[in-house]
Amino acid sequence: MNAPANASKLIKGATGDWEIVVGMEIHAQVSSHSKLFSGASTEFGGEPNSHVSLVDAAMPGMLPVINEECVKQAVRTGIGLKAQINHRSTFDRKNYFYPDLPQGYQISQYKSPIVGEGEVIVDVTASEQIVVGIERLHLEQDAGKSLHDQSPTESFVDLNRSGVALMEIVSKPDIRSAEEARAYVTKLRTILRYLGTCDGNMEQGSLRADVNVSVRRPGEPLGTRCEIKNVNSIRFIGQAVDVEARRQIGILEDGGKIDQETRLFDPARGETRSMRSKEEAHDYRYFPDPDLLPLEFDETFVEELARHLPELPDAKKARFMRDYGIASYDAGVLVMERASADFYEAVAKGRDAKAAANWVINELFGRLNKEGLDIASSPVGADQLGAIVDLISEGVISGKIAKDLFEIVWTEGGDPRALVETRGMKQVTDTGAIEAAVDAIIAANPDKVAQAQAKPTMLGWFVGQVMKETGGKANPQSVNELLKRKLGI
Amino acid sequence: MSVDQATVRRIAHLARIAVSEEEVPHLQQELNAILSFIEELSAVDVEGVEPMTSVVPMKMVWRKDAVTDHAGADVVVANAPDSEDGFFTVPKVVE
Repeated sequence: MNAPANASKLIKGATGDWEIVVGMEIHAQVSSHSKLFSGASTEFGGEPNSHVSLVDAAMPGMLPVINEECVKQAVRTGIGLKAQINHRSTFDRKNYFYPDLPQGYQISQYKSPIVGEGEVIVDVTASEQIVVGIERLHLEQDAGKSLHDQSPTESFVDLNRSGVALMEIVSKPDIRSAEEARAYVTKLRTILRYLGTCDGNMEQGSLRADVNVSVRRPGEPLGTRCEIKNVNSIRFIGQAVDVEARRQIGILEDGGKIDQETRLFDPARGETRSMRSKEEAHDYRYFPDPDLLPLEFDETFVEELARHLPELPDAKKARFMRDYGIASYDAGVLVMERASADFYEAVAKGRDAKAAANWVINELFGRLNKEGLDIASSPVGADQLGAIVDLISEGVISGKIAKDLFEIVWTEGGDPRALVETRGMKQVTDTGAIEAAVDAIIAANPDKVAQAQAKPTMLGWFVGQVMKETGGKANPQSVNELLKRKLGI
Repeated sequence: MSVDQATVRRIAHLARIAVSEEEVPHLQQELNAILSFIEELSAVDVEGVEPMTSVVPMKMVWRKDAVTDHAGADVVVANAPDSEDGFFTVPKVVE
């Protein structure tokens, strides 16, 4: 936390350099069929109050009973964060009043959380890696949803989300820039999605961040922080860190001081503003929930869950670099989503793995991004892309024709091998045919021949002509060799 | 340990209980009486004693992850003072 400041991350103020310090609380909705303490559905959407049991509505006499799967999901996540798993944890009541919290308290874990300290390795750029410490992970209930725009005088309350299990994942203040903050959330989201413990869908609110921002002079103790509540996209998290840090620097440089407070980020205005109503609400009067016994399990339970975990992104990335010989950055891009990694492996299996990586990352991902599609809805399947890579390595088509072929497969579909036949895209390796084209070009351009003999870089012009003559299908290597021989250069 | 009148007002506010000014001194007395009664417990030496979480030695019951329960929106809002289209409706609360 007090490691020397990285000069490239400092912000230049009017009176000198400032260092940003960020810690985050991520609320990740646990993937489960039913709620943390009731048998109501967790399904997103649905008619108002249709996924609500009398427990979630806090009717008198209702008692919470814990969902085994939610416990397992929290433990799996803890293992994925290389964190300490606590075999005994307890539930507390966090007391506050709001219309979408019918109990008048949230059941949470205050004193002893289910997961303790861990860490996340984050690739910030192609060449920079940081480690963000995890302070704790605990289980808690989500609240309901209030709609304020349905009527001028009333708020509408829907309890469908009330009681859904959340994991609150608290980081240490190890983040030093907006870029690092974005990279941390991106990596955490990747880990959760690999584990299958949270779907990571930020639009639907399955992943929300409270961002704690403070600034300080490099090397000095931590400054006063402000908490920016409920930021719901990775891009906004970056923006919120930047504008909040600049706001604080502005105040400090004018000789003011920062008040510790809760703020909201307004993406439309690009500013944060104070949530006055939260100022006095910080007295939550936590106490142990008398309705719930301690949550206890043994090491066998943890080991059993660990045994069935999928290969996680860090391990997969290391394996890709080792087994396929691809660069760290490429491997990082490929493992970002499990589906992408699986797709790549299907293409790379038994083929030139580096060529496969190039095709998947540059051609396929490039095109998917452009069209706003994800890998699952890619019009080009792994077997089709694999066939294109095969056709290149067999010398049937050139790299240039391969891009045309990719385009055809993307828009029309079909078997690449058959397409090459029916559309006459095969590379001409028949030296006779290429030789004829070469001879024709040489015969037609005596002046250029003389130029080329004086200046061998003119060869490129001849290559271009021959390729044109053969519709781009001549094997470039054969063309080069023939031209050199015939022109005597 | 004892509470002053400001604390009484604060606790009442946090619990959303309307307490009139005239009631405050009386409530303060009552709360302090309870606190001094409880304080007698601090005379007991509990060094090394685990906090009790249940009067019977039992483990928490876990349920399977299955959707087994939904009351139905009409039942959920049945006792609400006010509702509309299956929503609870409350006086406007807005940031």
